[in-house]
Amino acid sequence: MYKAIVIGTSHGGLEALKVILPGFKQGFPLPVIVVLHIGDHNNDPFIAYLNQWCNIPVKEAEINETIEPGIIYFAPPNYHLLINDTFSFTLSIEKKVNFSRPSIDVLFESAAWVYTKSLIGVILTGANSDGANGLLTIKKFGGTTIVQNPCSAIATTMPRAALKLAKPDCRLSLEEIVLKLNELAYSMK
Amino acid sequence: MTNEYNESNADLLNIEIKLLLEAIFLKYGYDFRNYSKAHIKRRVLHWLNVNHTKTVSELLHNILRNREIFYELLDDLSINVTEMYRDPEFYKSLRNIVIPKLNTYAYFKIWHAGCSTGEEVYSLAILLKEEGLLGRCQIYATDFNNKVLEIAREGIYKKADIEQYNRNYELAGGKYNLSDYYQAMYGSVKFQNELSERIVFADHNLVTDSVFADVNLILCRNVMIYFEKSLQNQVLKLFYESLVPSGILCLGSKETIKYTQSENYFDTLDEKQRIYKKKLI
Ligand SMILES: C[S@@+](CC[C@H](N)C(=O)[O-])C[C@H]1O[C@@H](n2cnc3c(N)ncnc32)[C@H](O)[C@@H]1O
Repeated sequence: MYKAIVIGTSHGGLEALKVILPGFKQGFPLPVIVVLHIGDHNNDPFIAYLNQWCNIPVKEAEINETIEPGIIYFAPPNYHLLINDTFSFTLSIEKKVNFSRPSIDVLFESAAWVYTKSLIGVILTGANSDGANGLLTIKKFGGTTIVQNPCSAIATTMPRAALKLAKPDCRLSLEEIVLKLNELAYSMK
Repeated sequence: MTNEYNESNADLLNIEIKLLLEAIFLKYGYDFRNYSKAHIKRRVLHWLNVNHTKTVSELLHNILRNREIFYELLDDLSINVTEMYRDPEFYKSLRNIVIPKLNTYAYFKIWHAGCSTGEEVYSLAILLKEEGLLGRCQIYATDFNNKVLEIAREGIYKKADIEQYNRNYELAGGKYNLSDYYQAMYGSVKFQNELSERIVFADHNLVTDSVFADVNLILCRNVMIYFEKSLQNQVLKLFYESLVPSGILCLGSKETIKYTQSENYFDTLDEKQRIYKKKLI
């Protein structure tokens, strides 16, 4: 059984997340943990915005907070987000990775070490190659890997880099990703 | 990636890291056992990759026999990233809320814990100078990494970063020009002795060393983000015991006293900027 979904995206990410996140129904059995590159800006406006569209709560991840199923967590701007083996969050101000803080690689790698094969990693539209290494780590630790089909992405660099390096299990459109995540989340694998 | 960890031995990684932290504590006295496991794991695996080492056990073997390797790893674990006037809004609040309180003392002490290379301490000293309080205070700036303290004592920073610092300084409500406080040299700047004269830089470990006596203001920002809950509670207690009654505690922008054991021992002056005041009780 899967225990968590991690999603990474940058340019065009908010539009893509607006398709994916409302696809999780109330009582969704997994936590969804997201890194979206938005520069130094405050997260609050788009978290409020997404809360209007989503059926499950959306919030910013806090230090030492216990990760709960059925909640969508966002990494705070300017901090890396990591996952502890007690299934709680750690934040870090260590230097940027792939010119990014939060970095998708940092989240994905730490999630892979903790959730191993019970993890689903998703890379969406984006304009740099952050996340490719992280997705590869998820694969190495037995998790399931999904990349948005670059043909349907607003920015293709991120999905292309992830496809090339991690050779993911699936390459899908946003609509297909919603279906796939629901299928996996409720599966008994 | 050169480390050998994957799906089949992920559990070994946890076990070996536990042994490594125990060994470091026994041999060198630095206690990382209650630091965030995710953070430690990330830094240790980073170290393995950079140094072409396959397992944590191999690193453990080397660390026990070679002090140099331990200090290299210490640098990696301590995350010394910092900047001047990080979170400008915080410094605005400091000016508006905390300065008037310090102004009521004829003489006061500030403890800046986890000061890293010192950019934050100089930011604070400049602010105090602009408010006319620098001559009335003593600042103790501490860290457990001696290498960064050396840099902090020098007060010399890269010129390339100054543009960003200048922007932060203005956003933070700086009254004059940041350039009034440093001398430019080749590729770097040196902050005035007038500022560093008020600062004592000292080696102090928040986990294993004891309290500071009768401090009026403590700043400890982005240090406790690396601690597990139990250790956060322990260090907050240390801060409580170091402060005078009504003394002030400032934390980093994602750190809060809420939901900790110290919650009831402090009043909140500004929750958004994480400024708290020790209750009289
Ligand atoms: C990320 S830096 C924060 C620097 C600065 N306060 C800021 O917010 O920009 C964290 C600092 O805490 C120090 N540190 C970590 N654990 C410590 C401990 N147990 N005792 C003292 N200093 C510690 C590290 O060496 C590092 O310089």
